[in-house]
Amino acid sequence: MATQQSRLAARLMVAPSVILLFIWMIVPLVATVWFSFRNYNLLNPNLTGWAGFNNYYYFLTDPNFLTAIWHTLAVVVGVLIVTVVGGILLALMLDRPMWGQGIVRIMVIAPFFVMPTVSGLIWKNLLMNPVNGMFAHMAKGLGLQPYDFLNQAPLTSIIVIVAWAWLPFSTLIFLTSLQSLDGEQQEAAEMDGAGSLSRFIHLTIPHLTRAITVVILIQTIFLLSVFAEIAVTTNGGPGTASTTLTYLVYVQALLNYDVGGGTAGGMVAVILANIVAFFVMRMIGKNLDA
Amino acid sequence: MARQIKGSAKAGNTLIAWVIGFVIFFPILWTILMSFHGEGDAIKSPLPMLASPWTFDSYGEVQARSNYSLHFFNSVVISLGSTVLALIIAIPAAWAMAFVPGRRTKDLLMWMLSTKMMPAVGVLIPMYLGFKALGLLDTLTGLVMLMTLANLPLVVWMLYTYFKEIPGEILEACRMDGASLRSEITHILVPLAVPGIASTLLLNVILAWNEAFWTLQLTSSKAAPLTQFIASYSSPEGLFYAKLSAASTMAIAPILILGWFSQKQLVRGLTFGAVK
Repeated sequence: MATQQSRLAARLMVAPSVILLFIWMIVPLVATVWFSFRNYNLLNPNLTGWAGFNNYYYFLTDPNFLTAIWHTLAVVVGVLIVTVVGGILLALMLDRPMWGQGIVRIMVIAPFFVMPTVSGLIWKNLLMNPVNGMFAHMAKGLGLQPYDFLNQAPLTSIIVIVAWAWLPFSTLIFLTSLQSLDGEQQEAAEMDGAGSLSRFIHLTIPHLTRAITVVILIQTIFLLSVFAEIAVTTNGGPGTASTTLTYLVYVQALLNYDVGGGTAGGMVAVILANIVAFFVMRMIGKNLDA
Repeated sequence: MARQIKGSAKAGNTLIAWVIGFVIFFPILWTILMSFHGEGDAIKSPLPMLASPWTFDSYGEVQARSNYSLHFFNSVVISLGSTVLALIIAIPAAWAMAFVPGRRTKDLLMWMLSTKMMPAVGVLIPMYLGFKALGLLDTLTGLVMLMTLANLPLVVWMLYTYFKEIPGEILEACRMDGASLRSEITHILVPLAVPGIASTLLLNVILAWNEAFWTLQLTSSKAAPLTQFIASYSSPEGLFYAKLSAASTMAIAPILILGWFSQKQLVRGLTFGAVK
């Protein structure tokens, strides 16, 4: 059906996007690989030449690297648990009849639209601050000692802040998925005497499997790059107690001026993300065929 | 057959839902409330704070202290500029892929998506050095260009999923009837494509407005959008609760309003059509 001519036109229409994305993708990536094998420190311009795998060696054997990997995993897994479990519960709640559903929905979804630096700072100052924060006032009101969240449990606090921001996303996906649940099947099961818990386990959960996969994969991609929430609340501290891989690369490169070491760290991040991306792409690719 | 819902069950669910919704919304509500009180009252405990006199002073002070409107303007330019540019580049591409798919269209789409999976930190250093070498650090031009490219894969994908739903037969039929290319575009394509384009625009403006990796790394003052401006409140000397609240309220209000219109697109856009 498509003529030779329209094929050519189509290629011309696609070309700008492809060329721009190719440049955007390949040039910096090649540069990152290149720098990662070079001696390149902005504080020490005399040190040049090839470094071999030295940058990787130093980055990977840096004790901060292993802790940063653990922190990254903790953030990703922690936020995923909260958003998947919380999201399913919230979606089930929103799916049931109530008065003022539209308003409740708006309240639940709102955190997603708050920019990361704002959510970081309002949690840090207005809520979690040990002297003037809301939680401190509440603790004092109950006669308890105020807790310094960001100093005593920095990683958990960051997980809470990030999970708060992502909860609406998972809730919306689960809600969308729930709304396509087969109502007749539910009713048939009910007539056959299936209790609500058994209906939830045997009908709702299997139906949500796909949505759960989507939430886990897509959020993981975004969560691996959490940066602003850490930068405005703990700066990766105290010490390195909340330094994730993304934050460590930033510190190495732009605060310690070690371009070689920073890019080696960047490559580690790229490889990690690619492992997740592989599964994301497979899932979306399958969907594209359907 | 609709099931009878007992009034009491509905009332119970309503109560629980409102309480939980309120708790989730509370940090935002509290920020808004605090922004209308004086700096000295903002650090009081909650009830005295609410009882203290209401004022708009904080809003005026934010502008006077740090030229808020400049950063607001930067945010508008960056989010809207990068989205519109990305749309201009992406519309023809998505159109061609949806209506004249070739053997490699699917691979191409997947490849575009893969560029979005790349963690920004992996290319932070070359970007930073490149921006520095070209004098693009802290310029709107640099940031609009970068955000255009960063958004491009998502924009192509969203448009593609919308365009794919336009039945190709309509175009065939209207060509058979001898419609000129111009009338084909103005009478058929535009009305069918506009809703998809509008949804894409909306979601990408929101995402670009809130983008807080590149904006924090590549801007400092002149071209700083609201994300970077608010981050300046993280230093202890900038610890002014009422002003922080006022600045935050102004930064999130426009996007909260847009966001409420974009709930459907959010799911569709960010899952690349995997959940409908």
